[in-house]
Amino acid sequence: MRLTMERRAEGGKWALLLSPLLAVVLTLVSSVVIFWLLGQDPLRALSVYFWQPVSDAYGLQEVAVKATPLVLIAVGLALCFRSNNWNIGAEGQFLIGAICGGGVAVWAHGWGGAWVLPLMLVAGALGGMAYALIPAILKARLRVNEILVSLMLVYVADLFMDYLVRGPWRDPMGFNMPQTVSFGPEATLPLLFTGGRMNIGSVIALAVVVAFALVMARTLKGFEIRLVGQAPRAARFAGFSDTRLTITVFAISGALAGLAGVIEASGTVRQLLPGFSPGYGFTAIIVAFLGRLNPVGCLIAGVFIAITFIGGENAQIILRLPRDMTLVFQGMLLFYILACDTLILYRLRVVRPVDPGATPAPGVRS
Amino acid sequence: MVKTGRSAPMLRAVCRVQARAGMTTQRRPLVQAEALTRRFGDLVANDAVDLTVYPGEIHALLGENGAGKSTLVKMLYGLLAPDEGRILWEGAPVALPDPTAARALGIGMVFQHFSLFDALSVAENVALALDDDAPLAQVAERLREVSRAYGLPLEPDRGVWRLSVGERQRIEIVRCLMQDPRLLILDEPTSVLTPQECDGLFDTLRTLRDEGRAVLYISHKLDEVRALCEAATILRAGRVVERCDPRTQSSASLARMMVGTQISDVRRSAMRDVSGPVRLRVSNLDLPSEDPQGTSLKGVNLELHAGEILGIAGVAGNGQDELFAAISGEAEAPRADAVVLDGAPVGHEGINRRRRRSAAFVPEERLGHAAAPRMSLSENALVAGHASNGFLRGGLIQRDRMLGWVDSVTSAFDVRKGPRDPEARDLSGGNLQKFVVGREILRKPDLLVVMQPTWGVDAGAASLIRQSLVDLAQGGASVLVISQDLDELFEIADRVAVIFTGRLSAAYPVRELTRERVGLLMGGADPAAAQPEMEESA
Repeated sequence: MRLTMERRAEGGKWALLLSPLLAVVLTLVSSVVIFWLLGQDPLRALSVYFWQPVSDAYGLQEVAVKATPLVLIAVGLALCFRSNNWNIGAEGQFLIGAICGGGVAVWAHGWGGAWVLPLMLVAGALGGMAYALIPAILKARLRVNEILVSLMLVYVADLFMDYLVRGPWRDPMGFNMPQTVSFGPEATLPLLFTGGRMNIGSVIALAVVVAFALVMARTLKGFEIRLVGQAPRAARFAGFSDTRLTITVFAISGALAGLAGVIEASGTVRQLLPGFSPGYGFTAIIVAFLGRLNPVGCLIAGVFIAITFIGGENAQIILRLPRDMTLVFQGMLLFYILACDTLILYRLRVVRPVDPGATPAPGVRS
Repeated sequence: MVKTGRSAPMLRAVCRVQARAGMTTQRRPLVQAEALTRRFGDLVANDAVDLTVYPGEIHALLGENGAGKSTLVKMLYGLLAPDEGRILWEGAPVALPDPTAARALGIGMVFQHFSLFDALSVAENVALALDDDAPLAQVAERLREVSRAYGLPLEPDRGVWRLSVGERQRIEIVRCLMQDPRLLILDEPTSVLTPQECDGLFDTLRTLRDEGRAVLYISHKLDEVRALCEAATILRAGRVVERCDPRTQSSASLARMMVGTQISDVRRSAMRDVSGPVRLRVSNLDLPSEDPQGTSLKGVNLELHAGEILGIAGVAGNGQDELFAAISGEAEAPRADAVVLDGAPVGHEGINRRRRRSAAFVPEERLGHAAAPRMSLSENALVAGHASNGFLRGGLIQRDRMLGWVDSVTSAFDVRKGPRDPEARDLSGGNLQKFVVGREILRKPDLLVVMQPTWGVDAGAASLIRQSLVDLAQGGASVLVISQDLDELFEIADRVAVIFTGRLSAAYPVRELTRERVGLLMGGADPAAAQPEMEESA
């Protein structure tokens, strides 16, 4: 006996839109079971995870703060994934963006003016772009696998950040703690409201979503990205170069990840330190798929995932559940969405082996 | 496993005796389909289809694309279950849940598209497909025996990747014959063969018939059917519309039965002035193939005049893909002046810059190359037209203009579709082909390069497409047709050249050519030896 997968004749568009909702429901059901196994009251746990984060203004601001980097990175990744370019290293590009932008802040600390913040944003975006171009150019020129290169470069960026904050960029007044100085006011993004941490970065993320929704739906570049992903030979017939597109989408997604990194550094954390990212670059992969590789979808999915981040922090305090519970959530969600997508497009069938006794040997019939 | 002691010649003798016995007594049908119905959603692919095949006959199954031929034979081979009706084998009802059951009864099928592993040897490929676990040496021995007995020479130890398309088809046929089938189903077997290879195949099929086996033969080529088959069942829109003896019919009357209307012959003025200026010149083009299994172009020369249709014949895989890519600009030529369009060297230009020079292209694969399957027709209009059709304004895509373009192609080329703007994969093959050809012709290009313009397309659509190519040339445009369909080239081309292993022969005026000569060139015969008269007249 073996299992085969057969493509279903009709996989409606509605089904592909339903798939993320179904995945969310399945995740909730599974988490109820897990809470119950952990000896928690499932309803209370669900409320801590999914209701408390959005039940007051402070919580909502926190959701926006977490969603901002996720959405920014996911929009860029969606462009990559749409065109079959598998950038798995957004986490690295995020960190390099934070390093480049944060470097400007550290360098200008104490003497910089109003020019520091724009320069930081530009430096962060360019840094992330340059870092993403490494796997892109290797893929376009030498056909090196971009998944491996971009993923491995994450650890390079991580260790580079570690080296910087323990070595050359360490805060001289910081009691030998591995961290940079706290950024001055000229290097921090302005807050939108008092009594929270929501900053200009969230507005930038919204603008990016709108811009890329327009690019994907109405411009030739968006069409090119979709065509290369769906029908590479037809894209060649249309005169689109897939190697040039690889460079372009990696550059865009690297820039957006770098921008997210510098926004996180200057708006939220306000210094560089080890463990700077809670894994936004990886989580954004889930956001991109949950959002159907669509910019507006990424916005919705990013907000949802941000809620689970905050819910996870609440649960650590209130329910004394480990932080890993959040990762379990996210893992289940990605697993369910991929499973839903696959089972909507394909049907599983059990194939029984042919009974050799039932088949006459060839050549004996007469 | 039951060991067989009989050799193939003995088997043939036994079969012949049986056939003779069958002929002296009354003829009992080997297989009968009774009122077979099969639906796919709303579409009734087969509507109460009756089919009767006798032992010792070659029975043609004729019909346009989408008439339901494939559905019918798939039910006979156990690949599809009928919704209604039943199948009788020698008068007794049988259930065919899967192909293994069909093979066990004695039904074999050779598909249009081969399923062979290039990296394996002939014998290994055959062993994989057999329903038992015979050791490889034994399979090779039996293979050698069967291939010798039926005049289908095959070397069991050769790698499949080294074989021609004709030889690959032989593997599929021998693989079926080794199961000793009493009914052999062939789905458009000659579409990829040279005329000489076709003749060899027909000899084999006649041998099988003389042994008392039945052959169910699906084909578009009416001349073949008339020469080979003694019975024919004609399907139209899922129903049997006619049963006849094709030997007593003309090709035109068979075609009429298939499509239900008179197929108009392509109208063309007898003598076209093709002495116009050279519009496309390919000179001494060498181009290595990007595909490791592909064929590199070697020293290709061709000249295409204004108002002329030049046909390029050849068996698939002899460099047609590479030639199309080089002329269209999908592949860059090594020298700019290797491809000259209207006097301008364009060898280094991409496909869109050539489109702006009023060239248009239709590749062979409809789905995936000419059109993106999961995109709407309007988006597929954008695929080929974004550089030249004014579908963009201020950097934004103008959806209404694309839709308008789809509407004009639809009405000019009779593209039949349900909604106004369906996905490309929802169109039937013929209608999608009309769309991708119409999309280019409606631009009124000065040069049209089209590959396999009517491949797998029903007779009505094929006639419309060929007529539009002829009309385009009569309007002064140059048309290059790369096709494996000799009938098509003889019908519409002014001159024909043959491509073989990446080399292109000289182009000969079509009235000085015969099918046999083209066939010899397609098989790689020396042009000088094959056509001495041509050399003199050229």
